[in-house]
Amino acid sequence: MEFPKSVEDQLKALKEDMKLNKQQYENLLKLAEKQYAKARVVPGEAVGVIAAQSLGEPGTQLTMRTKWLAGAREMTVTQGLPRLIEIFDAKREPTTPAMEIYLKSSHATSESKAEEIALSIVDVKLEDITSEINVDLAKMRVEVYLDKNKVKHYGVTEKYVQNMVKENFKTAKITTGDMMIGIRPKEEEVDLRKLYGFRVKVKETHITGIEGIKQVLPVKVGDVWMIKTAGSNLREVLAMKEVDIENTKTNDVFETFSVLGIEAARTVIVEEALDVLRNQGIEVDPRHLMLLADAMTNTGSIRGIGRYGISGAKSSVLARASFEVPLRHLFNAAMYGESDEISSVIENVMINQPIPVGTGIVKLKIESEAMGKKKTEEAKEEKAEKKEKKEKKD
Amino acid sequence: MTGVFLNGKYIGEHQNYKALMEQVKEMRMKGALPIETNVSYNDKEDSVAISTDKGRARRPLLIVKNGKPLLTDEHITRLQNGELKWDELVKEGIVEYLDADEEENSLIGVFEDELTPAHTHLELSPTVIMGPQANMVPYAGHSLSFRITLGSKMIKQSLGMYAANLPIRADTDVSIIHYPQVPIVKTLMYDLVKFESHPAGQNITIAIMPYSGYNMEDAVVINRASIDRGLFRATTFRPYKCEELKYPGGQTDLIAIPDKEIKGYRNEHAYRYLEEDGIIAPESVTEPNDVIVGKVSPPRFLASLEEFRVGTEAQRETSTTITNAEEGVVDSVMLSESEEGNKFVKVKIRDQRIPELGDKFASRHGQKGVIGLIVPEEDMPFTANGIVPDIIFSPHGIPSRMTVGHLIEIIGGKVGAMTGKTIDATAFQEVPEMELRKMLFESGFKEDGSETVFDGRTGEELKARIFVGSQYYYRLKHMVANKMHARSRGPVQLLTRQPTEGRAKEGGLRLGEMEKDCFVAHGAALLLKERFDSDRTIQPVCKNCGLLAVYNQFKNKEMCPVCGESAPVTYIELSYAFKLLLDELKSMCIYPKLNVKPKY
Repeated sequence: MEFPKSVEDQLKALKEDMKLNKQQYENLLKLAEKQYAKARVVPGEAVGVIAAQSLGEPGTQLTMRTKWLAGAREMTVTQGLPRLIEIFDAKREPTTPAMEIYLKSSHATSESKAEEIALSIVDVKLEDITSEINVDLAKMRVEVYLDKNKVKHYGVTEKYVQNMVKENFKTAKITTGDMMIGIRPKEEEVDLRKLYGFRVKVKETHITGIEGIKQVLPVKVGDVWMIKTAGSNLREVLAMKEVDIENTKTNDVFETFSVLGIEAARTVIVEEALDVLRNQGIEVDPRHLMLLADAMTNTGSIRGIGRYGISGAKSSVLARASFEVPLRHLFNAAMYGESDEISSVIENVMINQPIPVGTGIVKLKIESEAMGKKKTEEAKEEKAEKKEKKEKKD
Repeated sequence: MTGVFLNGKYIGEHQNYKALMEQVKEMRMKGALPIETNVSYNDKEDSVAISTDKGRARRPLLIVKNGKPLLTDEHITRLQNGELKWDELVKEGIVEYLDADEEENSLIGVFEDELTPAHTHLELSPTVIMGPQANMVPYAGHSLSFRITLGSKMIKQSLGMYAANLPIRADTDVSIIHYPQVPIVKTLMYDLVKFESHPAGQNITIAIMPYSGYNMEDAVVINRASIDRGLFRATTFRPYKCEELKYPGGQTDLIAIPDKEIKGYRNEHAYRYLEEDGIIAPESVTEPNDVIVGKVSPPRFLASLEEFRVGTEAQRETSTTITNAEEGVVDSVMLSESEEGNKFVKVKIRDQRIPELGDKFASRHGQKGVIGLIVPEEDMPFTANGIVPDIIFSPHGIPSRMTVGHLIEIIGGKVGAMTGKTIDATAFQEVPEMELRKMLFESGFKEDGSETVFDGRTGEELKARIFVGSQYYYRLKHMVANKMHARSRGPVQLLTRQPTEGRAKEGGLRLGEMEKDCFVAHGAALLLKERFDSDRTIQPVCKNCGLLAVYNQFKNKEMCPVCGESAPVTYIELSYAFKLLLDELKSMCIYPKLNVKPKY
């Protein structure tokens, strides 16, 4: 029998630890096989409902309140119920995107190295390295005054900044002075109101670092240094040579999907949801979340839970109609002449038939020959009809 | 320049708003401006608002100057002697009424000893930071605010003597307690609302200890002898009414004992208490579904009248009966005339409610509980003095809820009972706990209120000392007699053929969506089907068109309304609600074709 890899690894580790000989190891395998078979879910088990209940019940204990972490150096991340809803609804962008960047061992050992990398990836905008940005009404231009210390802090030069500004505003007329850059937009754009709008644009000019990484924080985890960030840009971070590609991750499901693919996205869903629950002190069996994540990702794209996601994509008309906006589903089904096989739980509950779950999944068909009586299918049916008719009359 | 607004309307500007406000206040005091005037300054908008309009809640406060209230001891003596009146205090500028806006400009002290020169006002009493309801809770300053809220909510549900004109009233579903008492431990508010003239609870002897687990989870154990002596005994009244209606065409109802020939005649037993006028006799002991007022109505439709001609036969029985699960004694019968001038009868039924298992009680601290066990007096624990508690309250209710006021009240009640005094427990100005302890000690008890207690069942001394005292308890209006309900088979709704809902309609207990999910999670498919079989039907279906067919009982033959009599028809089992859904789909011009095939 084949075990999943994690179980196999555990067994092998056990063999090493206890110094088992071949015979003993085989006995262990037999024992493990028995236990493994016991732990497996029985056919017909309502895993979906059980998963839903296992996640729904602790969900009632989650507070709506977002937990804010006090302290200047920590970053705030959406937690609790809002975050859980965000994950399950497959929201395009998380409200607080964040990354955990692990570094290659050559850079992970000292704080200064981690700090250096952290500073090099943080998204620096022009306003971050200036003392002030003014609008000069006489010359009709925006004047940027660079701050020497800030420029130095982010490891850039005045010349570099000037070049970045020039690159960003190719049509504008740029004059440079001592730690000053004057930017005058194209003639036809010079107008007082537009100039103020232009100033905002100037403020947000990207200078250096990776776009989207708003905040960085080197942290020591165990005995390695890694970087936590607010804001996320997985593609560019993974491209850096100092970064440990295998462990670095983001909390943005869709970004993970576009960079690493659907399996990685599934893992992010599971881990993020599990993280939220653990932070609130709730233990949920990860297999429930895995089932949920599988349901969300098994088409190769990410679908949320709800009308526009999984529930809206059910094949049964009645099942869809029983979940939000029934009229639309019924009319559409009528238009396209859809048929419902009445094969799942909800439909069978609706028409009061045994549901195909648990004891209801077992179907026995006894050949009439086997019972020693020769009867055709037709005759059997007729008999059943008569019986029901009789019942009805009663 | 400061903008000046009168009742929200801009009226001008002023250079010195402080002087303006002073002047308005002075004129208000002198009576040159109405006493309802309030003036306030908004520093964000730099505006002065003068209000004289209606709808502002205003409250009286003592004026403070230089850290001292203007009200002196002399004033108080004069007030006590009746030489000075409240209105004069207002006129003299010792008390003034502030509205919410003017309050914003004031610094109001709660206690006199915390006053500083910056203070402008002082509360009349620290206890007014709570309203009348919250002030009904004794020692409110010792418990969590949430418990005070709960406590005052439950006081509202207590049974008491709510009106003096009870015999002539006909309120729906009210109860009165038989032997209400004035609380030993009370607050100022009890005097202000004249609680003594309509008390609601009883002072009971309480012991805080477990009793074989019968008082766990907020239950209380109660002494049978106390109940037998009338503790918390109550009477519920429920009025029934009946009107002799007039119909168009000169027909009228008739209040009388219905004739046996009449449609819907119950049986003689149901009418046994009716007197000649068709109304039940006072002091009749009724059972559920007994007729209170016999009434006969004309047929509902004129057509049916013509059909049967013969006088009384077409008439309907429309008597007023006791609702099921209710019973009691007829208390009074009132004959009157309705607004339209019809004959109008009101019958009041009374029912004695002796405390029973499951009835709800509460102290004034949000500590509610139901009776978990009624114990014979001989089995109740007793103290060395031979005191037997009325109620045993579980100690587990105290630590997590932190209702310290509850415990102090018990000591207070014990002191009050021993000394024959009422104990003032008004929040923030109560008799201090230490004083109570001293008094308790002087009465010959341990000062912490604990006593040596013996187990009534074994006679042995309990190892722990038990906290015993007296407390004011309420009986709340939630009684099992009004709520107990169960059903196996019973009435169903006409439309869906599903069981009715609610106790009054002898309804079923709903197995809802989430309960259904539990059956699904357990894989109990057939049990689930059986639970939902209440609206099960067998319906004929046309195999040809897939629509519901019809069974003709006279011909003993099925036919399809679409395909005709020769169409093949089969029977399927389904819930009636689904049959309704199919009908509704048809009404929406959606063709729900059933493809029927054998199940196996």
